Amino acid sequence: MRYNAWQIFKEAFTGQTGWKPVWRDPEPKKEYDIVLIGGGGHGLSTAYYLAKNHGLTNIAVLEKGYIGSGNIGRNTTIVRANYFLPGNSEFYSHSLKLWEGLESDLNYNVMHSQRGLINLFHSDGQRDAFVRRGNAMINQGDDAVLLDRDGVRQHLPYIDFDNVRFPVYGGLLHPRGGTARHDAVAWGYARGADQRGVDLIQNCEVTGIDISNGKVTGVQTSRGPIRAKKVAMVAAGRSGQVAAMAGMRLPIESHVLQAFVTEGLKPVIDHVVSFGMGHFYISQSDKGGLVFGGDLDFYSSYAQRGNLPMKEHVMEAAMTLMPMIGKAKVLRSWGGIMDMSPDGSPIIDRTHVDGLFVNCGWNYGGFKAVPASGWAYAHLIATGKPHDTAARYRLDRFTTGRGIMDEEGTGSQHNLH
Amino acid sequence: MSTRLQSKGRLVDTTQPMEFRFNGKRLKGYAGDTLASALLANDQMLMGRSFKYHRPRGAVASGAEEPNALVNLGQGGKFEPNQRATTTELFEGLYATSQNHWPTLEFDVGAVNAALARFLPAGFYYKMFIHPRPFWKYVYEPFIRQSAGLGKAPKERDADTYEHFYFYADVMVIGGGIAGLTAALEAGRAGARVLLVEQTAHWGGRAVVDGAEIGGKPAEDWVAETVAELAAMDNVTIRARTMGAGVYDHGFILAYERLTDHNPETSGPRHRLWRVRAKQTISATGAIERPLSFAGNDIPGVMLAGAVRDYLVNWGVSIGDRTVVVTNNDDAYRTAIALHRAGLRVPAILDARASGGGALADEARAAGIRVEAGRAIAKVKGGKRVEAVEVCLQAGEGAVLETIPCDAVAMSGGWSPVVHLWSHCGGKLLWDTELAMFRPDPARAPTGSDGLGFVAAAGTANGHLGTSAVLADAQSAGRAAAKATGAKPKTGKAPQSNDADEAPIEPVWLMPQGAGDALRMKAWLDYQNDVKVSDVQLAAREGYESVEHAKRYTTLGMATDQGKLSNINGLAVLSGALDQAIPVTGTTTFRPPYTPISMGAIGGSARDGLFQPIRKTPIYGYHVDQNADFEPVGHWRRPYTYPRSAETVHDAVNREVVNTRANIGLLDASTLGKLIVKGPDAGRFLDMMYTNMMSNLAIGKCRYGLMCSENGFLSDDGVVARIDEDTWLCHTTTGGADRIHAWMEDWLQCEWWDWKVYVANVTEQYAQVAVVGPKARKLLEKLGGMDVSKETLPFMQWADGTLGGFPVRVYRISFSGELSYEIAVPASLGRAFWDRLVADGEEFGLMPYGTECLHILRAEKGFIMIGDETDGTVIPQDLGLNWAISKKKDDYLGKRAQEREHMVDPKRWKLVGLETLDGSVIPDGAYAVAAGKNANGQRNTEGRVTSTYYSATLKRGIAMGLILNGPDRMGDVVEFPKVDGTSVKAKIVDQVFYDKAGEKQDV
Repeated sequence: MRYNAWQIFKEAFTGQTGWKPVWRDPEPKKEYDIVLIGGGGHGLSTAYYLAKNHGLTNIAVLEKGYIGSGNIGRNTTIVRANYFLPGNSEFYSHSLKLWEGLESDLNYNVMHSQRGLINLFHSDGQRDAFVRRGNAMINQGDDAVLLDRDGVRQHLPYIDFDNVRFPVYGGLLHPRGGTARHDAVAWGYARGADQRGVDLIQNCEVTGIDISNGKVTGVQTSRGPIRAKKVAMVAAGRSGQVAAMAGMRLPIESHVLQAFVTEGLKPVIDHVVSFGMGHFYISQSDKGGLVFGGDLDFYSSYAQRGNLPMKEHVMEAAMTLMPMIGKAKVLRSWGGIMDMSPDGSPIIDRTHVDGLFVNCGWNYGGFKAVPASGWAYAHLIATGKPHDTAARYRLDRFTTGRGIMDEEGTGSQHNLH
Repeated sequence: MSTRLQSKGRLVDTTQPMEFRFNGKRLKGYAGDTLASALLANDQMLMGRSFKYHRPRGAVASGAEEPNALVNLGQGGKFEPNQRATTTELFEGLYATSQNHWPTLEFDVGAVNAALARFLPAGFYYKMFIHPRPFWKYVYEPFIRQSAGLGKAPKERDADTYEHFYFYADVMVIGGGIAGLTAALEAGRAGARVLLVEQTAHWGGRAVVDGAEIGGKPAEDWVAETVAELAAMDNVTIRARTMGAGVYDHGFILAYERLTDHNPETSGPRHRLWRVRAKQTISATGAIERPLSFAGNDIPGVMLAGAVRDYLVNWGVSIGDRTVVVTNNDDAYRTAIALHRAGLRVPAILDARASGGGALADEARAAGIRVEAGRAIAKVKGGKRVEAVEVCLQAGEGAVLETIPCDAVAMSGGWSPVVHLWSHCGGKLLWDTELAMFRPDPARAPTGSDGLGFVAAAGTANGHLGTSAVLADAQSAGRAAAKATGAKPKTGKAPQSNDADEAPIEPVWLMPQGAGDALRMKAWLDYQNDVKVSDVQLAAREGYESVEHAKRYTTLGMATDQGKLSNINGLAVLSGALDQAIPVTGTTTFRPPYTPISMGAIGGSARDGLFQPIRKTPIYGYHVDQNADFEPVGHWRRPYTYPRSAETVHDAVNREVVNTRANIGLLDASTLGKLIVKGPDAGRFLDMMYTNMMSNLAIGKCRYGLMCSENGFLSDDGVVARIDEDTWLCHTTTGGADRIHAWMEDWLQCEWWDWKVYVANVTEQYAQVAVVGPKARKLLEKLGGMDVSKETLPFMQWADGTLGGFPVRVYRISFSGELSYEIAVPASLGRAFWDRLVADGEEFGLMPYGTECLHILRAEKGFIMIGDETDGTVIPQDLGLNWAISKKKDDYLGKRAQEREHMVDPKRWKLVGLETLDGSVIPDGAYAVAAGKNANGQRNTEGRVTSTYYSATLKRGIAMGLILNGPDRMGDVVEFPKVDGTSVKAKIVDQVFYDKAGEKQDV
């Protein structure tokens, strides 16, 4: 069912009774051409682009819980393309272009809001690093504007410019950066995939991956065995567990990252603001809540909840950057499980098992990657070859050392996180 | 109208009248009032507007679950949005305004949304505003965002302070009702260390309102006695106005004490965050009454029956003169009886149950109240105030049997235990069909590291509704918790109460049962977010079947009350729409905090200058006295330069450069990391950590070292000095000290745990001063005490001794290319030593210099800087540092990686010097672009600038950069585009711009 003005008008006068389910609730078939393990953002976008770009529709997306129950529904909704290392730069640049056409493509309003993202800096050294990043962003065809102190003041009059600890030197504005409604991204892709014939199977946990003579033949699930010619893992924080079913040990650590939302407030923060020195980033949702987050809790966990020390750190940073924010009240906090890779960059690749693919390692930044990740993963699954924009996301880089992409510049190391 | 009765209520102190303002009106209340009770006493039923449709909203509850009565409280730096009137204690001069309306609360233009409601069902925005694309950005989105939120965002710096508090308890009891008091009493009597908290200012919870009897005496007396006994126990701490906010792993409990909200003139912190480690936690958090879903259930004057009773009994406030009671359980009869006793009229009790109520129903009838079984409200009539209810059969579709004029409706859909704290850390629930509630499943408590439960629910929070059952349950919970912590609980029976025989509840999720579309579109579930029964049914129809989908699609339960009133009703409606049992649908996740907590409170005192406190060198005071221009470096604040009176920062830096090269410069280098590495295996260990050999460094000598990650990338550098046979002192970069210390410990603890090496970070034990420049030696000789001649103390050696009477360790090392001594003194002597150097150096033209001069001096000399020339992708070989990589060693961290084929590929970006053709300074962060674009449409690049400065020594721009095949392209010209569209051309040259032979430092 396409959404258009006439449909909305008609339903308004017929008690909204004509709307059809956005996706079917099919029973799993015995066999599919492709089984995707994981019905989160990346899995759903992969299914969508497999169907749309490659005409492959005999596909099942198997989701342990409900569609979008992982990180796609628990992130801080930031969309940006401000990466600078070769490999990441072209990938996120591509992703942002896909975002910009997503509503029309999906016929679903994901409320992509290009309100601008500002990264603040507080020293000469940081400024140099951000100038470099800005230049790289311009070279990659995206946008970046260097703001001096007064330039930042015009955008963010409410922050503390003369903080004794971190005086604001300026900021790097990424005008095309912004946010999107996270759940809507999952639902929009799910609906699009379903409309093209993909089976979205919820409450279906994969319990085993069947491999015969080095080739994948299907999966075992809580709803019975399903045969498949190709199996693609895309399970984010649970990637390690899923891959273990295929005898793989991924270079992934699963960590908790918390996010927070305040009670709804009238508009006050018009951008996405990133305060790197405090590991703090914030924006205001269209509903009015301030949505923000900080650093990892720094222990491995599969529990989607965090603990107090990081909450306190995040609020300290908030109070330091925005001294007026003290009486905004935190409504809710939650945790997501991040699939942290050793170099902070993702993996989209084949595996040692014929027909088995892996997509993981999105660290704290998987949301913005959803369109391009699905696009590239679908290309890889369909053609067997990496997509140009994701050519460097190879699994073996941690074995060979070739192509390590450490965007934070801290040096790739096993205990980075 | 709502008004104050003659009997003023148990909490109101009529001897203390108070004046307050609401929307500019001056109103009167009393000490003991809440803002809500005081507003109601002044007939101010209308308190706000809902989020989506701007519907008129009055208080529907009397406590923390209130979704409607939210106000802007206070002004200026004390301003606080979204403050619940029901939990705001009245104080003299309170200043409140209502929210989310324009121009006024009474007349709100936004209410036009309600007229458009048919176009704006749940999730409408996902289907709309898709075309044309620019309209979203420039028309729709700005409009939607403008409509955001309820309260105004605070504008001024928060004028209040907050603090954190730590507490250790054997048993923490959350909730000061009779269950919490009983549990605390039992645990306290057993000798356990107990913390009891209650979110309101009053003890006793509902029992004191309902006038229960406990052990033969009024609950009020029992509560007073119990509180007194608890207060007298040394091992028990009790705190009112303290909410149990969250339960975290390992028995970490967060509590939130509001210290001065009720009396803002008091000095001291506003809120206190209690961080409690409790062995056992008892959640005695009571229950919250559920609304009933009938058309018009959101009109001001429709209130929870328990809340009507609270206002009457606690504050002597009547919600209306004629109150219709509508219920599906016996408890609401108590409200009717209380109203009747207070002399207020109850035109009817509509009991949705066909069989009606139990003993309380009989009592109501006996009092002469009309009781109708099997009846329901079809619709409430009224706009900003209830005018009448239309009565129908609950089993029907809403055909109106009669219309009863009234000005208030007291509703009860049953009670839901407050299971939030039980659930925060993984406690599971079960659906109790008989009681129509989710209650904690004792078999699936949140578990601690020992696999045993560390949270127990007690009393009403555990699903017990009768007073006797609550007391018995709480007693056993208190004893079990105490016992689990090793205390010895007393024995004996719990006191009894005089519970009435109650008829069972019958779940009513929609009223009437067969309500049609028109009624369902007016039956509210979430009052604040304007989510109606029809919205949840639409979500189900559209396939948003998971309870999480339905929540996120409709925004049910996402308002400031987090669904305390709406969630159970909403998921029951969803279950109905999906034709599945309620436990199959399940609940959404309960997340901390229980009610919203101010960000200031969670942040506590660690803000502004205390957020990541500044590290100060012993010489910091001098820099401040000199009005140095500071910059943050890691956690330090270092002088960037020392501008003199009229000087610009740029001029000051240049002066410092010139003076240091001509006379003497003085640098506070205390921030440099200093790690002592000691032990029989220290040399072997350092040979692994550094690319070059350290084990063969002679005692008394210094050597420059590089550290790499396992992937070969350069991560830190610094000079290492051999102190004695088994001791080395490793200098790290300022930013690297803690990181490298951790890196060494990582290897020692995880990989080479059998090597005999200790590492100590002594960075702050020493002040370190670099005395730099051609006249440096003259100054030190003037101070006297040790031989600092080239012969005795040559370049790259160190010596202990005294200078000017100060005990010193002098390193002949140079990061500037000049004659240079880095002198370490004990931290306590740092300032005195520095001052002495400044005083004695005056005749030699000594000037202190800052970090920018340091950077320029090293760049002129072609020395790399970690973080400038490195970024986690650069190996030492890229920087021409092969000379600092030992060829003799079998291994070092990064060696294997550096031998990989792509690392030895000649086509890497490598370090060179860059000289602009016009002498200008290349902008920081510039890339050298090559011709054409890559396959992804991006501009090709062939290098980038890593360090670029104006050299006051050479009077021109100098730079270093990483350029493709750079060292093989000397003399080539590369182009760096600038942000303004122009570009600057630079010639590839040697990176050493100054004193290539190194004659000046080795003198």
